[in-house]
Amino acid sequence: MRGPARPKWAVCVVAVVLAATACGGGGRVGGPNAVVRASWGDPQHPLEPANTNEVQGGKVLDMVFRGLKKYDPRTGAAQNWIADSITSPDQQNFTVKVKPGWKFSNGEPVTAHSFVDAWNYGALVTNKQLNSSFFSYIDGYQQVHPGTGNPTAKTMSGLAVKDDRTFTVRLSQKFSTWPDTLGYSAFYPLPRAFFTDHAGWLKKPVGDGPYEIDSYTRGTVMKLRRWDGYTGADKAKNGGVDLQVYTDSNTAYTDLQAGNLDLVDDIPTTQLRNVRKDLGARYINQPAGIIQTIAFPMYQPRWSGGDTQKVRQGISMAIDRASITSRIFRGTRTPATDWTSPVLGPHGGFKAGLCGAVCAYNPAEAKKLIQEGGGLPGGQMKIGYNADTGSHKVWVDAVCNSINNALGNDKACVGAPVGTFADFRNQITGKSETQPFRAGWQMDYPLIQDFLQPLYYTDGSSNDSHWSNTEFDRLVDRANAESDRARAVSEFQDAERILAQQVPAIPLWYQNGNAGYSANLTNVALNQFSVPVYNDITVS
Amino acid sequence: MGRYVIRRLLQMIPVFVGSTFLIFVMVYALGDPVAALFGERAPDPATAAQIRRDLYLDHPLWQQYTHYMAQIFQGNFGTAFTGQPVLELMGSAWPLTIRLTIVAIIVEAVIGVILGIITGLRRGRSVDTGVLVLTLIVVSIPTFVSGYVLQFLFGVKWGVVNPSVSPAASFDELALPGVVLALVSLAYVTRLTRTSIAENTRADYVRTAVAKGLPRRRVILRHLLRNSLIPVVTFIGTDIGALMGGAIVTERIFNIHGVGYQLYQGILRQNSPTVVGFVTILVIVFLVANLLVDLLYAVLDPRIRYA
Repeated sequence: MRGPARPKWAVCVVAVVLAATACGGGGRVGGPNAVVRASWGDPQHPLEPANTNEVQGGKVLDMVFRGLKKYDPRTGAAQNWIADSITSPDQQNFTVKVKPGWKFSNGEPVTAHSFVDAWNYGALVTNKQLNSSFFSYIDGYQQVHPGTGNPTAKTMSGLAVKDDRTFTVRLSQKFSTWPDTLGYSAFYPLPRAFFTDHAGWLKKPVGDGPYEIDSYTRGTVMKLRRWDGYTGADKAKNGGVDLQVYTDSNTAYTDLQAGNLDLVDDIPTTQLRNVRKDLGARYINQPAGIIQTIAFPMYQPRWSGGDTQKVRQGISMAIDRASITSRIFRGTRTPATDWTSPVLGPHGGFKAGLCGAVCAYNPAEAKKLIQEGGGLPGGQMKIGYNADTGSHKVWVDAVCNSINNALGNDKACVGAPVGTFADFRNQITGKSETQPFRAGWQMDYPLIQDFLQPLYYTDGSSNDSHWSNTEFDRLVDRANAESDRARAVSEFQDAERILAQQVPAIPLWYQNGNAGYSANLTNVALNQFSVPVYNDITVS
Repeated sequence: MGRYVIRRLLQMIPVFVGSTFLIFVMVYALGDPVAALFGERAPDPATAAQIRRDLYLDHPLWQQYTHYMAQIFQGNFGTAFTGQPVLELMGSAWPLTIRLTIVAIIVEAVIGVILGIITGLRRGRSVDTGVLVLTLIVVSIPTFVSGYVLQFLFGVKWGVVNPSVSPAASFDELALPGVVLALVSLAYVTRLTRTSIAENTRADYVRTAVAKGLPRRRVILRHLLRNSLIPVVTFIGTDIGALMGGAIVTERIFNIHGVGYQLYQGILRQNSPTVVGFVTILVIVFLVANLLVDLLYAVLDPRIRYA
């Protein structure tokens, strides 16, 4: 046997097999009908507007649907889109007029019924829509969505259709900026087909947006194509978008480098070091409406009683946000100086530095304050986080390190991982978390109200600290009843100043949206929700 | 022989029931999955209660298990949180993973055995030491390292293949992932074959065959190799199940939406129908592969008989 020849031969077989799979990468033509190939993650829930609460499903809804309002991708301002006008004499009763001529891509006109039926569907408890709480401001929500037991009504009494183009909404409380919330996906209209052939609709959703779904292979790829019957001002400037599901953002990034993908909107942390070198100006890193905080269990007397606010302030001052964001996150986070987000802009309520000295790194003062407040409860604090997703361990350890350095005690702060996200959330909502824990908030709509009321209002839907402050509640109520936008914003900021004194949650940093794209795309941008503005992308 | 097979098949029933129950308990022990559906927002109690009732999560564990088993025997494997039936997920995931496993098994068996024969026959020579060192390196490199490195070299640097596998996942596209998946086992197969061959080259029947004046090729393939394959076949047989279940990393790197991907999603979202369904099939694959290996012994070695 001529031995040595064999291994070479074997290796060659592998090489030949591999070479045979070589796919001619070239041959792509640009132009207005060219298709964008973009990365995607498998949506976690069925693609119903009121049932989609995560970004991957939201991407699709964003392309396939348009609502009464639309947020300007640059300024975040809520503009009338399908709404002709939304008026109210008293900030509680609203009249909505729908523009004529809008259609779903199956030809059905968009009418007042399309909205009212969709909202009633979203609110009804038996439909199990995850975002049903967005309808809770509408009168009659309690009847279709009681806390326990069966609903006593199928539709909300606060909604009434006047004619095909007009409907009225009665809220259960004054809420002046309520019309601005209507750009959120839960408020999108639905065609009749949604109700008559629900299973068929879910396989291939039909909406009224600039794209229609050409084919959808669950868990693999969704092919969206420009809908030529679309009459809105934001017609798609490309032929369509192929959303390809990737399990691993590293693979998507590699595919972008190899020219098999045009757009990735999640740069893996391991590649942040190389991304500027690899992509140059084709790397986008811009603020998104996401803030990360450390929330305190305010239902625990040892964290909320007496002088503990000094402890909470001190912990905040002990965190060196600037070095953590630059070293660990490589500039994809910005140190937070208030409880909102820069994407709101100064008009929308973002105020840099509102947190003041409490959010500035000052280890000496931090140590002093914590001692004055009686020291850390039990001599040690832990920061709870979930270990399964999001690689939180790295920054939690860094935050603890920073606190330990300030206090001169190696064991003052340690991370407390919880195995799964579900378990972590269960501990928080079940009030069994006894130590501070990580919290994050991604805005639903670019309003300062969305950063304050759900999180810090008494019994707010995401008030994980279970913090309650009558003065804060009073200021939020007053701001909601205010008809003048600027005055409402300034009252919300007054409420926010109470957070700076009481610190029920420490603002850490604002999260940016990241994306990278291939050289044949132009006009790529992210909106405030860190989702690419697909319809503006041109392919050359 | 027939009775032996029937007995082995009957033994699978308690194993099947026991393993499904264990997996069910383990997923159940991870806690309530409903809170995670709502993301960072506190779950709305009324909606959460409705979802729990629909998923049968408001019953005690044993009732959930009997309900699940009853459904399985009616051909219903439950639904994932996306609303997709688990049976549909299996239908799309299994063919991919089976194809990937076939590629990997062929690579590991063919290349592994060839390398094993060569090194076994040339024990102590430079080829032998070279291959041994090579296998040592391969065994000590974790799959995610070799996967990413080969993906980058072949996919980006040289542009020979697509870094990720398309949804169709044809056999030629699966060549690179198959090689990555097979690498570690390949090293084991090489070493097993080498040892076995080296041991048997001094056996009496080989000396007899050579003395009879048989051509060297026939001595090696018919006499030496056939007798040396038993440990290798055992290893490859049990490896089928391990490759299918262990493809999670490889499938992730090459974006193959197979069994590993579905299992990972199921575990991450604590969807027990997905996890239990897929693992149950994996258990059956293990059992059947083991049975086939045992039957293959008789083919390779006529001294072994089953009654």
